[in-house]
Amino acid sequence: MDTKKLSSLHKDVLREIGNIGAGNATASMSQLINKKIKMEVPSVKIVTINEMMEILGGPERLIVAIFFRFEGEVTGTVYFILTVEEANDLVSKMTNGQVTSIMKNGEQDPMAISVLQEVANILNGSYLSAMADFTKLRMTTTIPYLSIDMAAATIVTGLIELSRSSDYAILIDTKIVGAEPNSSTKGHFLLIPDPESIPKLFSALGISV
Amino acid sequence: MKETVTVVKVGIADLNVVKAPNRIRTSGLGSCVGVVIYDSYKQVAGLAHIMLPDSSLTKQENFNKYKYADTAIDILVEKLIQLGARKSQLKAKIAGGAQMFQLQSASEIMRIGPRNVEAVKERLKFHQIPIVSSDTGGNQGRTIEFDPVTTKLKIRTVNQGEKYI
Repeated sequence: MDTKKLSSLHKDVLREIGNIGAGNATASMSQLINKKIKMEVPSVKIVTINEMMEILGGPERLIVAIFFRFEGEVTGTVYFILTVEEANDLVSKMTNGQVTSIMKNGEQDPMAISVLQEVANILNGSYLSAMADFTKLRMTTTIPYLSIDMAAATIVTGLIELSRSSDYAILIDTKIVGAEPNSSTKGHFLLIPDPESIPKLFSALGISV
Repeated sequence: MKETVTVVKVGIADLNVVKAPNRIRTSGLGSCVGVVIYDSYKQVAGLAHIMLPDSSLTKQENFNKYKYADTAIDILVEKLIQLGARKSQLKAKIAGGAQMFQLQSASEIMRIGPRNVEAVKERLKFHQIPIVSSDTGGNQGRTIEFDPVTTKLKIRTVNQGEKYI
């Protein structure tokens, strides 16, 4: 199907998948850092790769990206994306202030990196298992891969498979925020199904393509 | 009177050409390869931000030719000749082709950086365009900018700052 021409019903369905997945993931994250976490209503966007970079703050923007591929009856890419400040803050909360920065002496702190990967792993696992329950589709996921670099450099890796069959990506973007007033974003959770998997998601939910 | 210099930006899976004094730039090359082809006498240059090695990989009927090494380089050469470059004088500088994530279990398609570099070298060889300098591989993102006047390619990375090749 042409991913450029999704109906509003199709978008609603994808948003609902995002809601259920991210709801489960934020509940896990709240428990992990022992703080109330909220998520914004997921947005479903159909964008070119270059437009996606603008959403993330430009191609050169320094980001912390944790990347997963999922395989099975549906396939795609998941990114958990943080700014460096958000990543420092998350690591600090997770280690009760013992590690406060992802960088140590100009290099990545292995302890901080493994904390971030573990948090991402739990978020990704709860997101995907909620999605699998909802759609009754089977999927497995890779281990987390982490990179701290320019947005375009890190994000393209997850879009290689997709870019062979489309110039557009369907992006289910959920912003995670703290529950306290004025608290900042804690990260973006991006689900990017491969184009071939989009019709499978719809038919699994009994919606005509 | 001072001439104004425009820096032309090239997106992902995109290409463009410039004439001096203008410069040309692309941001955030990861596994992608930035190919600069130029004629230093005519002071014209082109840049392609290549995402995939070969157009035979496409599953699309109408695919973006700027995305693949073989088709993008062919078009870039053609555009440069239209702009006044002479094919026999063309030279190239390339950068990118990193592996951003240390993937172990992932499929072959994910190890795309080195394959992109190989494909670019092959296509440049096909056109008999020599590679003057290159900065490829590794695991860092690169932003590159080419000045057709000095024929220097500026490369910026997050951890190592700027250098010229």
